Amino acid sequence: MAFLEISNIQKRFGEHTAVHDFSISIAKGEFITFLGPSGCGKTTILRMLAGFETPSVGSIVFDGRDVTHVPTNQRNVGMVFQSYALFPNMTVAENIGFGLKVAKAGRAEIETRVREMLKLIKLDALAERYPWQMSGGQQQRVALARALANKPKVLLLDEPLSALDAKIRISLREEIRELQRDLGITTVFVTHDQEEALSISDRIVVLNEGRVEQTGTPSSIYNFPRTRFVASFIGTLNQLTGEVMDIARGEIRVGTQTLVTSNPLDDLRNCQTCTLAIRPEAVTLDGAGAGKNTVQTVVDDVSFLGSIVRIRTHLGQEVLSMDLFNDPNQKLPARGDTVSLSFAFENLLVLA
Amino acid sequence: MSAANKESRLGAWIAMAVGASYFLLPLIATFEFSLRMKRGEYSFEAYEVVFGDPQFQATFGYSIVMAIATILMGILLVVPTAYWVHLRMPKLRPLVEFITLLPLVIPAIVIVFGYLRMYNSSSIIPLTGSEHATDFLLVCSYVTLSLPYMYRSVDTGLRTIDVRTLTEAAEALGANRATILLRVIFPNISSAILSGAFLTFAVVIGEFTMASLLDRPAFGPYLQLIGANRAYEPSALAVIAFIVTWASMGLINVFGRNRRTLPTR
Amino acid sequence: MNWLGVVPFFVFALLFMLLPTAYLMVGAFQDAEGHFTLLNLVALLEPHVLSAYWISFKISMASSIAGGLLGFLLAWAAVLGRLPGWIRPTLMTFSGVASNFAGVPLAFAFLATLGRMGLVTILLRKYLDVNIYSTGFSILSFVGLTLTYLYFQIPLMVLIVTPALEGLKKEWREACDCLGGSTVQYWRYIAMPVLWPSILGAMLLLFTNAFGAVATAYALTGSSLNIVPILLYAQIRGDVLHNPNLGYAMALGMIVITGLANAGYMVLRSKTDRRSA
Repeated sequence: MAFLEISNIQKRFGEHTAVHDFSISIAKGEFITFLGPSGCGKTTILRMLAGFETPSVGSIVFDGRDVTHVPTNQRNVGMVFQSYALFPNMTVAENIGFGLKVAKAGRAEIETRVREMLKLIKLDALAERYPWQMSGGQQQRVALARALANKPKVLLLDEPLSALDAKIRISLREEIRELQRDLGITTVFVTHDQEEALSISDRIVVLNEGRVEQTGTPSSIYNFPRTRFVASFIGTLNQLTGEVMDIARGEIRVGTQTLVTSNPLDDLRNCQTCTLAIRPEAVTLDGAGAGKNTVQTVVDDVSFLGSIVRIRTHLGQEVLSMDLFNDPNQKLPARGDTVSLSFAFENLLVLA
Repeated sequence: MSAANKESRLGAWIAMAVGASYFLLPLIATFEFSLRMKRGEYSFEAYEVVFGDPQFQATFGYSIVMAIATILMGILLVVPTAYWVHLRMPKLRPLVEFITLLPLVIPAIVIVFGYLRMYNSSSIIPLTGSEHATDFLLVCSYVTLSLPYMYRSVDTGLRTIDVRTLTEAAEALGANRATILLRVIFPNISSAILSGAFLTFAVVIGEFTMASLLDRPAFGPYLQLIGANRAYEPSALAVIAFIVTWASMGLINVFGRNRRTLPTR
Repeated sequence: MNWLGVVPFFVFALLFMLLPTAYLMVGAFQDAEGHFTLLNLVALLEPHVLSAYWISFKISMASSIAGGLLGFLLAWAAVLGRLPGWIRPTLMTFSGVASNFAGVPLAFAFLATLGRMGLVTILLRKYLDVNIYSTGFSILSFVGLTLTYLYFQIPLMVLIVTPALEGLKKEWREACDCLGGSTVQYWRYIAMPVLWPSILGAMLLLFTNAFGAVATAYALTGSSLNIVPILLYAQIRGDVLHNPNLGYAMALGMIVITGLANAGYMVLRSKTDRRSA
């Protein structure tokens, strides 16, 4: 029996359906991320979990208890908002202790818990500060502590890192993950940043226009995207258009060259056009060999991105980019050069 | 949470209903009263009397002229000042803002009292000596009264259009200061100026205290006189005054909406 | 050259705001011959003048507290009451107009409503058999004037307090809900503490507004209700107190009171601004 069971929920706002028939089972202690562009419905689902919206259809069950129509203040969920939402008239300590105060806990109990939480987020010194006296990153950590102080059943985070600077975003997301692991709390995280989702989730649900595109572990979503949307949303992807030549042998013609894929072509027929995908990091320079496709392409651009060098080439009308790890000693091709690129048969993905 | 939501919505509707009746009843009552002049039947008699009264025409006309003079003087005073403070002397901003808020602190009656004592016939600047000089004094008092609104309107308008960048762009293209003010700044804050102008108009038309103490034939003192001596005409006048105020405010909204705002992305 | 742009403004401010006011304030400390004296201030304690200040104070308090509470309720209903979308802009527009509809026409309007021959008076007598005048009520009284003042005090409160209410972030309410808080707890621990400086500040502005108002009172109650602006008006016109410099002292008294109220407003305003940073 899953800890958090969402069954067939739908949400309509007047004429517009924000969420179509969404279901998922989440295990206790799991860290699950809803990933997608703005308007895909991920925040709406989160808000239904919190109780701010009620599903038009369907049910939500927390640990065996049906909470679909239970008001928010009786669900015991912890929520962290994009805008931190700390109460401006209270100090850090008062903010964190608010949940307990509302539950009429004793002063000693509140003090102990607040101290515990401050230690957890490593902000002991700031207990008496006000929100406007702290940085965004600090405020968000306090918001996290406030949400966890009540020992909620589920922790919900609505794009908590989007308002922060890039460096803080990375360090804070790791902190959140560590805290979540230590406490073993079931967590639902919403973001539009695919790198964030990949780095900290146990499972990712990719959403688009109110529908689930794919659910899976970060690795499976990244390496085996099932739809064009997932493939282009996660990481950078080369997309090529080709014509199926031979299904049995996995041969596809792209431009003037024939490529081979070891991925199934069952849904397709001969002579049908299809979309292929290759990850830039799966492509190598001059690596021809058995089980590999080799193509000749012309270099358009060489970009230095820090730890990666991205070489953009074209093959007829198609664009093919490849990534190399930065090596100061390596000689890079120049614009206009013809290069030989290789990638294994199984790295040529076939998209719907 | 739905039950609590429904309760608060009901409470809100009740508050609105009570509020609406408190605010609409006097308007309805005044209109109704103004129709009662002819015994036993509703008619616009009171309005006919009012519009036919030469005093009404004279004082209303006088107040309109005063209002226009106030608006012009206000614009000439406020716009360059606001522009200068924005662009060249931002340090003066707190002082200027403080001054523009003084008319809200010092009651109108005190201000005009000060004028009477300082500018009467026995002082250095005898402005109460002649009628025209007193008119000038009245306009100055009106400008003082409308200063907070006029300045805030223009100031907001300048802030919205990012004066500094516009001026620098114009200068880079070779325009001189006068051209910039006239052809770049002015057209872009015209709606803000109009907003301030209409508010000033509404304030001046009905103003009583200053006109009365400076003994000028304005609309305010005329209203008060009619109120003291007649029964039905005051209500008709009140309806007219209300319509004028509404029209002025309505025009502010019309021009306010045309204000172009910078894209925020 | 930079100064040229702002010179007209400062000259105007000097000649038509600062100097006249200063003249009065200095005059408050002078006697008829121009010598320094504190007797004018002492004369303020004369029963007639003192009672005028007291009545003014009462009316301003009454209309600012009542106007403040009622205005707050209306603003709350419009911003947080989940009413149809057209209500808030309509209320704002109306408040903008009504807050300027003061003075003589307003007095006429209330006479037409609650005067002896007013519409509401007549309707109450006709349909509910209630004669409000027999209970001792009169529109030409303290209560009547306060009721009339509310017509521009309430809209002014709505205009000032609505931005503050809109500043209440939706997320605070949601965070409070998640932490288990009820509506009452939300208002008690979060909303009210955040709002009270704005509410109190607005009420101070309402107080100032009422204290200095002349036209409405004059048109409604004439000289029968002895409030400071009316007394000062009469004094300016005809020296009814037989002491020309007393007028200066009264003006000084008014400025001090309205000045203090405004200073209070600014202090509360800075408190709100700092917190919302």
